[in-house]
Amino acid sequence: MSQKIKDATIPTIPTGARIQRWFGRNLIRIYAVIAFTYLFIPVAYTFAFSFNDSGKSNLIWKGFTLRNWQNPCGAPEVCSALGNSIKIGFLATFFATILGTMIAFAIGRHKFKGRSTSNLLIFLPMATPEIVMGASLLSLFLVFKINPGFWPTVIAHIVFCISFVVVTVKARIASLDPRLEQAAMDLYANEFETFRRVTLPLVAPGIAGAALLAFSLSFDDFIITNFNSGTLTTFPKFIYVSAARGIPAQANVIGSAMFFLALIIVIVGQLVNRRRVR
Amino acid sequence: MRKIRTPYLLLLPGFAFLFTFFILPIINLAQTSTQTKIAGGDTGQYEQTLRFANYIDAFVENKEQFGRSFLYAVLATVLALAIAYPLAYAIAFKSGKYKNVLLVLVVAPFFTSFLLRTIAWKQILGEEGFLVPTLRTLGIISESTTLTSTSFAVVMGMTYNFLPFMTLPLFASIDRIDPRTLEASGDLYANGITTFRKVTLPLSMPGVVAGTLLTFIPAAGDYVNAAILGNPNTKMLGNVIESRYFKIVDYPTAAALSFTLMAAILILVTLYIRKAGTEELV
Repeated sequence: MSQKIKDATIPTIPTGARIQRWFGRNLIRIYAVIAFTYLFIPVAYTFAFSFNDSGKSNLIWKGFTLRNWQNPCGAPEVCSALGNSIKIGFLATFFATILGTMIAFAIGRHKFKGRSTSNLLIFLPMATPEIVMGASLLSLFLVFKINPGFWPTVIAHIVFCISFVVVTVKARIASLDPRLEQAAMDLYANEFETFRRVTLPLVAPGIAGAALLAFSLSFDDFIITNFNSGTLTTFPKFIYVSAARGIPAQANVIGSAMFFLALIIVIVGQLVNRRRVR
Repeated sequence: MRKIRTPYLLLLPGFAFLFTFFILPIINLAQTSTQTKIAGGDTGQYEQTLRFANYIDAFVENKEQFGRSFLYAVLATVLALAIAYPLAYAIAFKSGKYKNVLLVLVVAPFFTSFLLRTIAWKQILGEEGFLVPTLRTLGIISESTTLTSTSFAVVMGMTYNFLPFMTLPLFASIDRIDPRTLEASGDLYANGITTFRKVTLPLSMPGVVAGTLLTFIPAAGDYVNAAILGNPNTKMLGNVIESRYFKIVDYPTAAALSFTLMAAILILVTLYIRKAGTEELV
């Protein structure tokens, strides 16, 4: 009976197509789950080993402890390295966001001679391998007898952050409805007021996103930093250097804390955005 | 008059900065690459002799690492594309109201330092990890096979590290596809494979191009994965440049190698963009 109904309802779809549909409906979901597992295995591992009751080297599981979380600065140098990374990150983000946003407005809002050259100049830093950028900048500093250290690192970070800011903000500007600005002008707002009351608030989420991107790029950078920081230790550099003799579990604590902090920032940002849309 | 000047005024500070700290260093690097050691001078002292043979020497001496850099980068890019495409497709079309959450999850691993994650892989794949003993017990790998310090580990680490760079642009362009075009293709009796080949893939091409470039370029210049997950026989060009700079203080060779790497990448990228037929990149 039931067999008959089945035959009656889907007689035109051949088995091959049915398998393909099932493939389209479910296999891709399974695949996505596997891909996410792959992405999160090392994150979970880092988090788990932040609770490891290890001595200096955090290689083998020795037992559960909360001590590392209670005393994240317990390992020598780890918090000063983190402090340096945060300082460099904020300074680089600040300058790269301002410079990049200005460039994005110029390219996104104006037609002018040299626009395609400008686009090329923005693309080039992204097409340059980090090691080439880091090495060439170090050579320049050496020529001018500037010692690598804090400010050279900040400058290097601004260089590679600018392009990403430009691209992100430009995309936001391109998605704006030009009629909104025309409407403001029709309502007798002058150019400056239109920009301040209409354009800027609309582009603001793009700028915020760009700043977040710039900070995370700067915070996580190792290759360019390694070339230009001299004796200054940043958080990634601390990890790389201590990898040889064993990374203290406190580094795992900070890595995991950054992960959760960033997740919270993004989720709160999404909620705020959603409320605004409503 | 004011209107004409506005874009240039907006560009001026940023481009002045980029010129000083990006273009000038590259020019300076080109100069360094043809220098030679001062006879009887100290380590690290070089003079300009316009010795272009530096390039040939540097290339011949390191052609193995050169080839490896590009081989690993291509492998990592292809693997990342194979993993990221279905993932981006699933997020764009199959995730419903969880789309934004899943998108955040793709980027989330970024915030745990990539070095911590790479070292985590080293320990997961290592002899003390749980994976190797399990695979040995199951007979999937032999007793003598190790996973760390292999080219497999290096390529896997690179694939892992650049996966979000691949997934995000892919998602952006797949998400823009109107699902009705796929329905229309089905209505015209195209099966799943034909629809993918003739509709989905061409429409997502800008994402494929952007994603592969954002993966390939940093992968070709990477040395961290090779340093942490590899062995002396998996050294890439990045490792050579790094040691020429810091350990051997051989600036001309390092500069020549850097320049060759950059030129090779730019040529490949240009050819690739021509072939892929997408001018609109960024």
